[in-house]
Amino acid sequence: MSLLSVRDLTVKFAMRDQTVTALNSISFDLAKGERLGIVGESGAGKSITGFSLMNLLSRPGYIDSGQILFDGQDVVQMSEKALRSVRGNRMAMIFQDPMVTLNPVLTIGQQMVETLRAHRKLSVEEARQIAIVKLREVYIPSPEERLEQYPHELSGGMRQRIIIAIALLLDPQLIIADEPTTALDVTIQADIMELMLELCQSNQVGLILITHDLGVVSQMTERTLVMYAGRIIESGSTRSIINDPQHPYTQGLINALPQQTLPGHQLRQIPGNMPTLAQVPPGCAFNPRCEFATDTCRSQIPKISQYGDVEVACHEVHRLQTEPAREEEQA
Amino acid sequence: MFAYLVKRVFQAIAVMFVISLIAFAIQGNLGDPLRELVGQSVSEEVRQQLREELGLNDSFLQQYLRFAGNALQGDLGTSYFFKEPALDVILKKLPATLELVFGATLIIIGLSVPLGVYTAIKPNALLSKIIMGLSIVGISIPVFLTAILMIFVFSVELGWLPSFGRGDIVPVWGYWETNFLTADGWAHIILPSIALASIMLPLFVRLIRAEMMEVLQSEYVRYATAKGIRPWRIYFVHALKNTLLPVITVGGVQIGTMVAYTILTETVFQWPGMGFMFLEAVNRVDTPLIVAYLIVVGFIFVVTNTIVDLIYGLVNPTVNIARMGA
Ligand SMILES: Nc1ncnc2c1ncn2[C@@H]1O[C@H](COP(=O)(O)OP(=O)(O)O)[C@@H](O)[C@H]1O
Ligand SMILES: [Mg+2]
Repeated sequence: MSLLSVRDLTVKFAMRDQTVTALNSISFDLAKGERLGIVGESGAGKSITGFSLMNLLSRPGYIDSGQILFDGQDVVQMSEKALRSVRGNRMAMIFQDPMVTLNPVLTIGQQMVETLRAHRKLSVEEARQIAIVKLREVYIPSPEERLEQYPHELSGGMRQRIIIAIALLLDPQLIIADEPTTALDVTIQADIMELMLELCQSNQVGLILITHDLGVVSQMTERTLVMYAGRIIESGSTRSIINDPQHPYTQGLINALPQQTLPGHQLRQIPGNMPTLAQVPPGCAFNPRCEFATDTCRSQIPKISQYGDVEVACHEVHRLQTEPAREEEQA
Repeated sequence: MFAYLVKRVFQAIAVMFVISLIAFAIQGNLGDPLRELVGQSVSEEVRQQLREELGLNDSFLQQYLRFAGNALQGDLGTSYFFKEPALDVILKKLPATLELVFGATLIIIGLSVPLGVYTAIKPNALLSKIIMGLSIVGISIPVFLTAILMIFVFSVELGWLPSFGRGDIVPVWGYWETNFLTADGWAHIILPSIALASIMLPLFVRLIRAEMMEVLQSEYVRYATAKGIRPWRIYFVHALKNTLLPVITVGGVQIGTMVAYTILTETVFQWPGMGFMFLEAVNRVDTPLIVAYLIVVGFIFVVTNTIVDLIYGLVNPTVNIARMGA
């Protein structure tokens, strides 16, 4: 049985004048200890997916329908009390910006100890000892002193390490990391990713890594979901998605990677922008930006179908497959 | 820390200097002190001689320096009416006013925190809507109206509480006599305290609510929820401290301001404090007393602000007082 099984999850935002759909019937699975990447441009619904898994959507957002089975139990139906016992305990989350994630008026020690004591009967001293061990695991120097410090006394990289340590405090089965290095200095981004990979592997923790960077996904994960405008448009093993992407959007993302660009050439960004939720075009949401779009693409929403090693939602996959030369001709 | 302290004290001195200038300017423009001293029936010659003796013919600068020098030694002139040093007159009245402000502050703190927090946590509850509605009404009703209404209801109609004076007071130390040691004293201070609190309480409830709601939207509160922390701990440990930090600064300033607001409340309740005294002094054109009042109130204001800033620096870990002096 998989650790996490998401079925037809639909999330909506009740805005003043209308209700918009942020996630449209998404389904995916995660095996125990598996590492899954969720990629897509900004606004695709990646963060909303992450927060939904913890049933942690904030106000105008709500889960409209669907199931999120975590270890067999539906997170969507859980009581507040049951949710509390899952959050931070069996499922932990790493937020995007470590500068605003930790509470500025509480010490690192207080924020670690409270997390442990929310889930286990421990004395403050016992909790501190566990906190120190976890801080060592994320290579924080002199952890005893760190416990007495306030967040503002520490660098962004140090804070994100502490947040990773907090995520590991209760030995969770799943960690959801939402762009954990985007807010950090480029020089330490790779270190943090490497640390997360090492810890997830050695502790057998499942990981859902949300990122807009396919390069990161290829280093870190075994499977990948590509999202566009609130839908999963392609999914499969990370290797297949990187080496043999089927959806024109995924192909565009890969072509836009810096390492795909020949020296002296401009980055090949996909033209146009992700639509806002209120203005998702009919048919395939990607069609206005897609060079292969047909009338069918403009009127019918493509269904997900198996194609080679991946599942893809595109009307034109078959045709794309027979015209592989097109990209090269242009290049 | 030391450098910060020195800096704050210098700022306070600068503010006091400006206040003294204003007070001095008022002194020169309010009525003719001679008329207050000697009346109409004195010859011009004697008047001129008195002017010379009082130094009223000296230059502005000389007069100010003499005024400031005397003020620094605690000599703020002699009240025309009481024929006593103005500072003494005020210091005798000060405890009554401070106790009134203290009573109002207790009410404000005791009510604004729970009401502000409740309305922030449950913004859609009926009770929250009632509290917010009342707070608008509270802001818009003038103090004297609140005071008179309360006197009418609680003193005249119900006869529960006395409507004027301090009642039984007990000497504590020096000029300080307190309301807080007798039941009668407590009974007397309740209505004036509520009346004085009524101006600031709605503002504080709204301020705390607004701050708290903003804090509850913050990323660290969502993170605390994601860690499985209980709601009460999120509200009272994670959110409340962050809410109260900015409130302390505003609140301290407001409590300083409240000393000045006592004029109305004390007058309605005939509370024998310095606000009541000030109004009488204005009626009698008792210039030295008016000037002394302005200086003492200004001084209290500056001192509370300085103390509040220091407390803020101490309780807020992100303000490093040691470094702020530099
Ligand atoms: N509180 C909100 N109210 C309305 N729309 C929102 C809210 N939060 C996110 N959205 C919308 O939901 C969509 C998906 O957002 P998000 O999941 O944050 O994207 P990303 O893939 O960049 O993480 C975006 O179009 C965003 O504008
Ligand atoms: Mg996001």
